[in-house]
Amino acid sequence: MSSLTTNTSRPSRVARILNSNIVYSFRRNPVAVVSMVVFLIIAVASVLAPLIAPFDPYDPASIDIMNSEYPPVWVDGAEAGFVLGTDDQGRDLWSTILYGTRLSLIIGLCAVAVQAFLGITIGLLAGYIGGRLDSLLMRFADIQLSFSTLMVAIIFLAITQAMFGSDTFNQYAIYFLIAVIGIAEWPQYARTVRATVLAEKKKEYVDSARVLGFGPIRIMVRHILPNSLSPIFVISTVQVANAIISEASLSFLGLGMPPSQPSLGSLISSGFDYIFSGSWWITTIPGVVLVVLVLVINLLGDWMRDVLNPKLYKG
Amino acid sequence: MSLLSVRDLTVKFAMRDETVTALNQISFDLAKGERLGIVGESGAGKSITGFSLMNLISRPGFIDQGQILFDGDDVARMSDKELRTMRGNRMAMIFQDPMVTLNPVLTIGQQMVETLRAHRKLSRAEAEQIAIVKLREVYIPSPEERMNQYPHELSGGMRQRIIIAMALLLDPQLIIADEPTTALDVTIQADIMELLLELCQSNKVGLILITHDLGVVSQMTERTLVMYAGRIIEAGKTREIINDPQHPYTQGLINALPQQTLPGHKLKQIPGAMPSLTAIPAGCPFSPRCQYAVDHCRSTLPEVVQYAGVEVACHEVNRLHNDRLEQSA
Amino acid sequence: MKDMTQTRPLLELKGLEKRFDLDQGVLETVKLRGGKIVREQRSVHAVNNVTLEVDRGEALCVVGESGCGKSTVARLVAGLLTPSAGEIHYDGQRIDDCSRKELLPLRKKMQMIFQNPYASLNPRMTIQQALEEPVHHHNPSMTRAEVHEKVIEVMQSVGVDPLWASRYPHEFSGGQRQRIAIARALTVDPEFIIADEPISALDVSIQAQVLNLMLDAKEDRGLTYLFITHDLSVVEHFGSKVVVLYLGAICEMADTATLFASPKHPYTKALLSAVPQLKDDKPNHIRLKGEIPTPINLPTGCPFHTRCPAANNRCLAEKPRPIQQTDGSTVACHGVEEGRL
Repeated sequence: MSSLTTNTSRPSRVARILNSNIVYSFRRNPVAVVSMVVFLIIAVASVLAPLIAPFDPYDPASIDIMNSEYPPVWVDGAEAGFVLGTDDQGRDLWSTILYGTRLSLIIGLCAVAVQAFLGITIGLLAGYIGGRLDSLLMRFADIQLSFSTLMVAIIFLAITQAMFGSDTFNQYAIYFLIAVIGIAEWPQYARTVRATVLAEKKKEYVDSARVLGFGPIRIMVRHILPNSLSPIFVISTVQVANAIISEASLSFLGLGMPPSQPSLGSLISSGFDYIFSGSWWITTIPGVVLVVLVLVINLLGDWMRDVLNPKLYKG
Repeated sequence: MSLLSVRDLTVKFAMRDETVTALNQISFDLAKGERLGIVGESGAGKSITGFSLMNLISRPGFIDQGQILFDGDDVARMSDKELRTMRGNRMAMIFQDPMVTLNPVLTIGQQMVETLRAHRKLSRAEAEQIAIVKLREVYIPSPEERMNQYPHELSGGMRQRIIIAMALLLDPQLIIADEPTTALDVTIQADIMELLLELCQSNKVGLILITHDLGVVSQMTERTLVMYAGRIIEAGKTREIINDPQHPYTQGLINALPQQTLPGHKLKQIPGAMPSLTAIPAGCPFSPRCQYAVDHCRSTLPEVVQYAGVEVACHEVNRLHNDRLEQSA
Repeated sequence: MKDMTQTRPLLELKGLEKRFDLDQGVLETVKLRGGKIVREQRSVHAVNNVTLEVDRGEALCVVGESGCGKSTVARLVAGLLTPSAGEIHYDGQRIDDCSRKELLPLRKKMQMIFQNPYASLNPRMTIQQALEEPVHHHNPSMTRAEVHEKVIEVMQSVGVDPLWASRYPHEFSGGQRQRIAIARALTVDPEFIIADEPISALDVSIQAQVLNLMLDAKEDRGLTYLFITHDLSVVEHFGSKVVVLYLGAICEMADTATLFASPKHPYTKALLSAVPQLKDDKPNHIRLKGEIPTPINLPTGCPFHTRCPAANNRCLAEKPRPIQQTDGSTVACHGVEEGRL
């Protein structure tokens, strides 16, 4: 006696995902497809760096200072073994970029994971509980936002570097970077999540859960959070790009990854001294990789925002 | 000659994988000054009918075929410029939510004067005079003051009155009202309906009233179309349709109302729900929910026939009518 | 002792009030009035001194127009809001000042159905998850198989095919979603259901289905309803007792048959006359002047006096008290009390 509309047979889970609106709009958007392909190539290549790279830039034994500053193969005076040339220390640039991209991506993703954890927790609490706690947490976020990320990071990293000394700092630089970028940017998440929670909290399914006697943690985690994921996805992509840029900036300023374990930023920085002596490739090639990486992530973020926020289209 | 004559109007929507038919071969006429009700449940196509009469269907929807002859001109084939001069001027529309129609950053006066001067060569002062007269016609107290107010300063009922005044501003020949009182309270709703009825009668304006409320249709209109799944399934004089509906769906709709059953008893429900436009069943679209359906109904689409004073699209209308007569006898 | 439980009403509201403060925080209450800085707290008086009783097995309908506080009453009873004043007693136990933990056993007895079936189901949960969650929460000792069995039983009782359990709410039509929402409330075997406009978002033919379902549930499970609606034809059909609210105050309270046969309060009369009738060709309704005032600044005296055709000076000054009439109804109107109306 019930529905006549839903009596068609049910497609499998995979078929439903492939047929979903997100996948459809992805296939229809060439910019998103190209960005995704480029991002996947960069990501896979960097993850497989130890297998792909002809040299290990972390192994001092494989580096010969005599090989320094060979240009890329398409420039005169190149050495056949070094496709993209070598840097000032004689490291193969192609291998170093692969390893550097891997570091940049790891720092970016981990920093965003830290941001997301802090921001989502705080945003959920502020939005759901509200009142004094909300005011307190949000004022705290405002204060944090009024300092720029880089300023906080520079002060924090400069102090830690001075406290622990260069060697210890270099050893743990990656953790410091993740922590500082992660902590400095949680308010972005917290604000977005709080705004979504405030909107979701008014919906009747939340009232329904309260009438059924569920506790606040269950309601927050099991009911509100899964319905607040769209903006979290959107902000996450943008934040990964931002975190990679922050890391590169800090490394460029000498406060990030040490030259012995270069990320893209420290590679750009180390080549910067040689840019006027003719060895432009040490800075330029990792620079291009960095720009392309950040650009494709941002383009994917744009696409995702359009898909997950249909209101933008309807205007 | 009729004011509006719709012939075989078909409206389709281009969806991702397929094209769905939202309106299927709709035909009806409206005489000058006549009041017509279009009833149906959500998804029946009644709002789309209203929109297509104004040629307001926008992508992904489109008028696939058919004619909409309004005072001799085919609205479906008008240029954008012709449409602009027609809309608001010869044919006006009233929507469910007054806040959507009124621009929140302009005063009532500015909006009315602007509308008037866009269509007529009038000075500002002349336009204001006309606007005040129209506001008075819809019983708005102290209209001069209201002219300087913004929409948010007014109550819902007052806003809907202003919408009606704006619809009447250019003395149109036809007003299309799409659920004009659904957002309002019962006591206000009755006021607005009474006002609309009075204005249409005194100004000889045609009215197409789109609603889901059979009570409203019964009190407001002379003729009624009942829609189901994008088709007109019954059409005729409102009295006859309310008092002696021929189509099983119309019967079901009326019998499902709580007034039709003794308190505390089970309501006479229609099983199932309206099919979605992507899955309209073969044959008569109502057949899966119809308790009288026979094999024939599930395979062939019924044609519209004249029966007992109404037009009805049902294969079994004669048998059902005779059965009812037998039962009552 | 047995007699006590028989006569005791299931739900009792005593002098219930709810205000919503418009000015949050101390700073917002400070205002400039005529050159002087004053502290002023503006509040919406959503519910004012509502006293009523719901007996076991009854279906009490609360009717009124938007802004009359009917939904607020439902939410207060459901514990979604805390009253500003007054008491709520359920089965003899005061419940308005309980903590969530203390209320937990009550949640099994009292459930709520919401207006919008598109919003009242979590879009990210399958029907199965949505229905199993409350069963499991309230009966932690049940095995998975028992929970599953319970869910199937409830789904069948509301007419939703258990084969569809793995689907998400968006795959269902509005009427089916409301069935599922009702099923969810029934999973904990409640005795009392608060229904806040459960059919007003549905189509006519579907309204009848859902109303029938609720009537069936009432018979089969011996449910008591607090039914909030604006639709008087539904009240006449569904309710055993009616409460008419205007600006958060009770105008008239009576058995359904009595109220529809002889409405007494002028507002009730106007409300009844405004319902569009099928057979009646000529609309003949009592016109009320003006519109509902905002509940921010309540009129003094009778809340209805600004629109009442029979208001006099006493109505302007003095709040009418609810007075029991000879036919058992309770009316708060000076006109009725004085025999003018």
